[in-house]
Amino acid sequence: MANSAEREALLDPLFNNNPIGLQVLGICSALAVTTKMETALVMTAAVVAVCSLSNLAVSLIRERIPPSIRIIVQLTIIASLVIVTDQVLKAFVFDISKQLSVFVGLIITNCIIMGRAEAFAMQNNPKLSVIDGFGNGLGYGVVLMLVAFMRELFGSGKIFGYTVFQTVSEGGWYVPNGLMLLAPAAFFLIGCFIWAVRAWKPEQVEEEFRVGTLFEPGYQGHIR
Amino acid sequence: MQQHSTGYIVGFMAAVCLVCSVFVAGSAVSLKPLQEANVVLDRQKKVLIVSGLMEEGASLSAAEVGELFDARVVARAVELETGDYSEEVDPNTYDQIKAAKDPELGRNAAANPAKVRRLPKVGVVYQVQSESGQLDSVIVPIEGMGLWGTLYGYLALAPDTRTIKGITFYQHKETPGLGGEVDNARWKALWKGRLAYDDSWNPKIDVIKGQAGSVEKNPYAVDGLSGATITSRGVSALVKYWLGGDGFGPYLAKVRGDNV
Repeated sequence: MANSAEREALLDPLFNNNPIGLQVLGICSALAVTTKMETALVMTAAVVAVCSLSNLAVSLIRERIPPSIRIIVQLTIIASLVIVTDQVLKAFVFDISKQLSVFVGLIITNCIIMGRAEAFAMQNNPKLSVIDGFGNGLGYGVVLMLVAFMRELFGSGKIFGYTVFQTVSEGGWYVPNGLMLLAPAAFFLIGCFIWAVRAWKPEQVEEEFRVGTLFEPGYQGHIR
Repeated sequence: MQQHSTGYIVGFMAAVCLVCSVFVAGSAVSLKPLQEANVVLDRQKKVLIVSGLMEEGASLSAAEVGELFDARVVARAVELETGDYSEEVDPNTYDQIKAAKDPELGRNAAANPAKVRRLPKVGVVYQVQSESGQLDSVIVPIEGMGLWGTLYGYLALAPDTRTIKGITFYQHKETPGLGGEVDNARWKALWKGRLAYDDSWNPKIDVIKGQAGSVEKNPYAVDGLSGATITSRGVSALVKYWLGGDGFGPYLAKVRGDNV
């Protein structure tokens, strides 16, 4: 990697500043598309593409965007990219795009993308912004794939559609854990992921919130 | 922070919108042929799977699917009320589900246990021929409410229109692991050989609670899906509805008139 800023922009979002784990953004789609690894992978690719390209586009015109309408401009760019992504998926991976259904369209409302455009691409050069967008898409993808791995393996006994545990309904021995196929399972798994990362990197643990904390001098937590 | 004039802001936004809309429209138009081909391919695959000509999950190329479909399957448009073939629409491009919602091409359905709200005037059925060119099965589309939403699928019948050859659902919102087991290949295999109509040609097949046993012992029943009473009930209702007078009943009566 060329320099440390670029490396940081790429690798930081994976664990140190994971969009789902630390920033707790993009949870909605993480619940919806993670029953199978295949859909999670395509969703990851879509988010990586949209996040990189929106960061690139916003960064290219960042000095010309009138501050008063910057959010609308970002949203227009993101929405266009998402529609194009949806069209591409429908043209090339039709089966999976049917399973993803509305969730590709809902990338528009994924806070990660807008968050990166506003927080990073508006202040940084295009090259660094693309890397940051790519890294954040990957950070989202890491969690998605981990959650999908657990849900598909324990919920349907498969990995990427290949049978690992033969389920009872198909004549095998494995009684699938039905909870894994329902949305709440993703909540538990993401919770466990956040717990694991914070046990590994204790600096991510938020300051304990006490009544009155907000009024203490120098308090800066809880504001993102 | 730099101050911008109102003119600059409006002009800037217009430019952004123009670029974005050209981008979106360009991709939509250029990808349309591919997408349409996918929709046709998808429908052909579903029909081939329910007819038993193609294994579920088999990886046939688009060309192979098209070839097999053209060689063995004929799509026909059918007027639901009379059961006659309709020449008004091209069955290969006509979308029955979309037509049902159209005020001109569809009509409101009378209250029914399958909770079908709208019926198309014209439906599309598929006739599968054996390699020697004889009618091997008739495939009719089916749809109706389950627990969370509408199930869409196909039912394949032998030329006597009584013996079921297969069933498949290609779109549904049932709970994975419970109602979602309508996708289970072992459950779908239970339908094979069971009888859809009783001796006086009333739709009779039912998804019952518990196990139905062998085809010989219990030809009018299929095992229920455990933990999915409402889905099971919905499947019973929708299969019977589409075999009945509001659905493809009149058409199927004509088919067996020709074949029996």
